[in-house]
Amino acid sequence: MTDAPLLKVNAVSKFYGQRIGCKEVSFDLWPGEVLAIVGESGSGKTTLLNCISTRLLPTTGSVEYTMRDGSVRDLYHMSEAERRFLMRTDWGFVHQNPADGLRMTVSAGANVGERLMAVGNRHYGNIRATASDWLTRVEISKDRIDDAPRAFSGGMRQRLQIARNLVTGPRLVFMDEPTGGLDVSVQARLLDLVRGLVNDLGLSAIIVTHDLAVARLLSHRMMVMKDGHVIEHGLTDRVLDDPREPYTQLLVSSILQV
Amino acid sequence: MATSLVVSEVFKSFTMHLRDGIKLPVVKDVNFSVASGECIVLGGPSGIGKSSILKMLYGNYAVDAGQILVSHHGRIVDIATADPRTVLDVRRHTLGYVSQFLRTVPRVSALDVVAEPLVARGVVAEEARQSASALLSQLNLPKELWGLPPATFSGGEQQRVNIARGFITDHSILLLDEPTASLDARNRRVVVEMIAEKKQKGVALLGIFHDEEVREAVAGRILDVMQFSPRKAAA
Amino acid sequence: MSPEVPSDQGLAAYNFAYLDEQTKRMIRRAILKAIAIPGYQVPFASREMPMPYGWGTGGVQVTASIIGPDDVLKVIDQGADDTTNAVSIRAFFQKVANVAVTTHTKEATIIQTRHRIPEQALSEGQVLVYQVPIPEPLRFLEPRETETRKMHALEEYGLMHVKLYEDIAHNGRISKTYAYPVKVAGRYVMDPSPTPKFDNPKMHMSDALQLFGAGREKRIYAIPPYTEVVSLDFEDHPFEIQRFDKPCALCGAENVYLDEVILDDKGGRMFVCSDTDHCEDRREHGHAGEMLARQEAAE
Repeated sequence: MTDAPLLKVNAVSKFYGQRIGCKEVSFDLWPGEVLAIVGESGSGKTTLLNCISTRLLPTTGSVEYTMRDGSVRDLYHMSEAERRFLMRTDWGFVHQNPADGLRMTVSAGANVGERLMAVGNRHYGNIRATASDWLTRVEISKDRIDDAPRAFSGGMRQRLQIARNLVTGPRLVFMDEPTGGLDVSVQARLLDLVRGLVNDLGLSAIIVTHDLAVARLLSHRMMVMKDGHVIEHGLTDRVLDDPREPYTQLLVSSILQV
Repeated sequence: MATSLVVSEVFKSFTMHLRDGIKLPVVKDVNFSVASGECIVLGGPSGIGKSSILKMLYGNYAVDAGQILVSHHGRIVDIATADPRTVLDVRRHTLGYVSQFLRTVPRVSALDVVAEPLVARGVVAEEARQSASALLSQLNLPKELWGLPPATFSGGEQQRVNIARGFITDHSILLLDEPTASLDARNRRVVVEMIAEKKQKGVALLGIFHDEEVREAVAGRILDVMQFSPRKAAA
Repeated sequence: MSPEVPSDQGLAAYNFAYLDEQTKRMIRRAILKAIAIPGYQVPFASREMPMPYGWGTGGVQVTASIIGPDDVLKVIDQGADDTTNAVSIRAFFQKVANVAVTTHTKEATIIQTRHRIPEQALSEGQVLVYQVPIPEPLRFLEPRETETRKMHALEEYGLMHVKLYEDIAHNGRISKTYAYPVKVAGRYVMDPSPTPKFDNPKMHMSDALQLFGAGREKRIYAIPPYTEVVSLDFEDHPFEIQRFDKPCALCGAENVYLDEVILDDKGGRMFVCSDTDHCEDRREHGHAGEMLARQEAAE
């Protein structure tokens, strides 16, 4: 409880001309904490995620990040080289569409190994062993290591994307609708896998989703967004069991009971 | 005896925005405290707000006003106003909750479900599994089931997994929401014994038990929730 | 090399070496920049040349910009002085620059090459001009030019090893045999044009200046003399050059790059030097390979 937050988001706003992407969003993310950002499409949750992960530059605001050496850096004032290095070592980004996060023409092994090679690993045998280990961890059979993701199902591709991101032992992972395009049964498996990995590795994560069940299963804390504003924020089971805002109540009451 | 939990002047209502913002009062002016080694049972008819009180204490429900003070790591934390991170830490180390129903997680074995709270506190997995095994055998859960995910278990079996999970840690405060509801007489007695052990270890317990026999056996004091009912006041 | 030609020499009617002086200056500036930043691809305003792309327009523009009346030009195509591409480019410069030409590596001051480096070690003062079809080594895995430029700028070269990893994963070894990527002066990763990887070690610490011109892609890059050129590899799969079982069938040379020549339709074949000048030179000095010896015995 005495450690410092991993990420400090201070009044981040993004405007697209007159239109609001997200407005005045502030929060802290602590090590090992999973935050879900929920809201319907167009609510600004992906804009916010992209701003925080520096894929998009916000109009105003700042994001501070505690580096591995303990120093605190302002993400928007880092050099591009530093930022890109951070993104491929200490961070992960899991896209909704695996094709956006994978190299579809190279083998699963190379997809997982790329980050290792990017940080200077030059031993083929070691890279391959690590890749193979990670494929097992995301429940992809080792004998698929030389197959390209093109030959994989949607669920496998998504698991491969996760392995590719986690291989460098990142401390923070961003996920944009990670279960978006998947069948329900495949979703369950993926969620369970992600839950297990997050627990085992002590990852911090920011997960954008419109699916409250995903938020319930994976997150400690959630933020509800509407029209670019954070309208409710709190412990996940508090927000879901005792929603305070009209919009949150609508969201919660819209869940189909099976 | 040290006081582990103090509830003071707590008010709770629900505002139903989808139904023209009608306000449903739940409880008002709740005041009580639980000492270490004591088991207090919440009494009163159903719908009076007993479960809601437990949920507020655990941080599942927000409160409109008042304080919920727990002694956590040697300092006092107000659950009513604490930030989510603090509430999570309190739950991990100080405040346990055994609900009526097990929230099953797909693909995780019963044994690991029970061991998880210990693992979350940094206990080695193997050690945690041993403690889990001991509890599950104490609760007479057939050994064949330990390795299976509890989703397909019967109500009573799930309940026992849930109890084991709730009792495995040395939380200093335990909230029990009808943990014996779907158990047979033999297992109810086991739970009564387990509660007695907790009391002996100085744990503060607050529970809801509809079963009279169990209630008689565990309750040091019965707290009538009627007195906090806003409806009674209106009448 | 002083390409400025006084107009009273009767050459005023057209530009020396085909390109106008402004263009040559522009290209020379690009070349100077390329030499200053070894391995870095310098953009230049590639001109239309009287030959199609793919025939060496990049190399020809570089040669045209550095050649002077006193230069001696050699042009090779896959090591040979006598194939179409070599013959026509040599004829082109004889016509537009009236320079001396040669097939002897030692005599040449400028050697324009398509996909080989001569076997004869180059010496100080010589310039090797490569014709380059695709200058971007990262393109195979990253088609976005904006992104590859950024990767060069930030020295993000992990992707290059992904390509080599794929090779080993699928073939058990690095099967890339030509256009094998190198790191120049410890900084830029560079495509050495489709030369066989056999020639890669010759680029390292070469006495000669090496210039690379890509006409269609409008890029020039360079390796100054005495520059470190390292072929990329893995620790457990180190870079290796091709080995040949037999010496050249004509001149008996070993440790040279050989071409396969089909002799008949009954499976008869021989391996001979790809560098024709080297082979001829050796034969003149009395070396004879297996095939030559057999022919002489038959006569």
